[in-house]
Amino acid sequence: LSSLPHQVDFWRHPSSPGRPADLRVPFPSLQAVKIFLESNGISYSIMIVDVQELLDEEKKTMMESRRTERSISTFDFASYHTLDEIYDWMDMLVDDHPSLVSKIQIGQSYENRSLYLLKFSTGGSNRPAIWLDTGIHSREWITHATGVWTANKIAEEYGQDPSVTAILDSMDIFFEIVTNPDGFAFTHSSNRMWRKTRSINAGSRCIGVDPNRNWDAGFGGSGSSSNPCSETYHGPYAHSEREVKAIVDFIRGHGSVKSVISIHSYSQMLLFPYGYKTAPAPHHQELNELAKKAVSDLAVVYGTKYTYGSIADTIYMADGTTVDWAYDNGVKYSFTFELRDTGRYGFLLPSTQIIPTATETWPALLDIMVHVLEHPY
Amino acid sequence: DVDGVGHKYHLELVLEDVLDKDSTVNCTAEVLYHLGKKTIAPDVEFTIEGELKNTDEADNAFYNQIKSLEKELVAENIPDSHGNVSPEMEPIHLLAWVASGYVMWQNSTENTKFQLAQIKHVKQVKRSDEYLEFDYMILLHEIVSQEIIPWQMTVLWHPQRGVQVTQ
Repeated sequence: LSSLPHQVDFWRHPSSPGRPADLRVPFPSLQAVKIFLESNGISYSIMIVDVQELLDEEKKTMMESRRTERSISTFDFASYHTLDEIYDWMDMLVDDHPSLVSKIQIGQSYENRSLYLLKFSTGGSNRPAIWLDTGIHSREWITHATGVWTANKIAEEYGQDPSVTAILDSMDIFFEIVTNPDGFAFTHSSNRMWRKTRSINAGSRCIGVDPNRNWDAGFGGSGSSSNPCSETYHGPYAHSEREVKAIVDFIRGHGSVKSVISIHSYSQMLLFPYGYKTAPAPHHQELNELAKKAVSDLAVVYGTKYTYGSIADTIYMADGTTVDWAYDNGVKYSFTFELRDTGRYGFLLPSTQIIPTATETWPALLDIMVHVLEHPY
Repeated sequence: DVDGVGHKYHLELVLEDVLDKDSTVNCTAEVLYHLGKKTIAPDVEFTIEGELKNTDEADNAFYNQIKSLEKELVAENIPDSHGNVSPEMEPIHLLAWVASGYVMWQNSTENTKFQLAQIKHVKQVKRSDEYLEFDYMILLHEIVSQEIIPWQMTVLWHPQRGVQVTQ
């Protein structure tokens, strides 16, 4: 179909016989494509009658809810934002807290978007650091939203909250809010359910690598897929994705990162290594105790129940994950959060739940960060 | 393990009303996953201890509302990208949830875990009998593989006669 001069745009590429393909057909080609499908006995159904209509409606809704954000105090933390809005907000946060927060670029995505970190530091030289990331899987919108709220919270609480102050007086925090900007842009423009990066896979029509299967820790095992069309495709080799390599290089180059906290959704879980093997991590007991405490403090806020444990015990076997790589590279306190909910809305968590989610997650994050501060290694 | 047949699980669970978190009911169930390559749905037997809440009023209100529509109902993206479901669409959403439960059951193995991710499209089909009929295109999220699976289902519903799903 793609070889015909019809300019058909595949939203889900044909992968194997019996599996559906989704295509967007420009209006002038509609008749020709229908005739082609029918004459070749390919059954089809129309999922969206008029894509433009949907886009116009969405644009209208976003315009209505968007406010001219001129400063941090007018930024709407209770709604979901676009990539540009988040990047603009980051600059505002730096402007508002110039002696605490700075923005660092650690690389570029596949489609050449900037990969930014927010650095929270009160000085020193290469202090021991805590790493936080959100948005590695682009459809998990609650994570970017929680990231924005949390970054703002950290900036606000320095000098106010004793724990935050103690942490930042000795350590730095690095926070990557949009870890997969290409994927995130794609969830806004084309497919709200996109998970992976947007890199082109040689020899395949399918796009993207699962950035949480692309790390060099048990890479390529059965807890990931070798099929480029799969949501858990690990990529051609470890760290093939620019988005992943940028973090690897940063953490290796820094040399003093003591904790990696990677935030995902959904399932309501707090997880730690390993995902690539069932054998318990050497620090299993300590990590388990810390997770137990964090989860309990999270539940106090709104009664939200989390399960916790190693990735392999609690969710499924997963190879090539961020936290397994971090742990195997000397970062003892490596955790993955799976935020709300447990499936009722899943990835489409209502924006009314953004602030409650961020609010309840905060004490859990603090528990981990305080523990890291109090247990130097 | 049930030799030569499959794996049987005995479950004790609590059912919670999605619309009223304080309303719960205890339940026991036995699930038998069949051995072998053939995709047979697991056998399920269950007992509910107590009674489920009566929903006649809401059911009839929805039924009458749809019956009185001049044009067949058509809608897309429920919930939308921001998780919003308009109040009028909430029953459509809940119906899809129930019906997709049947689809999930029919396609479940010990290595799958499904959720309804989104209704991409729903279209009412007018019928001459008393049933309501909806053609849904839904997206299922399978957690183990992380795949998003589009699925077409035709759903029949009547307040007293319940839900029927044809895939």
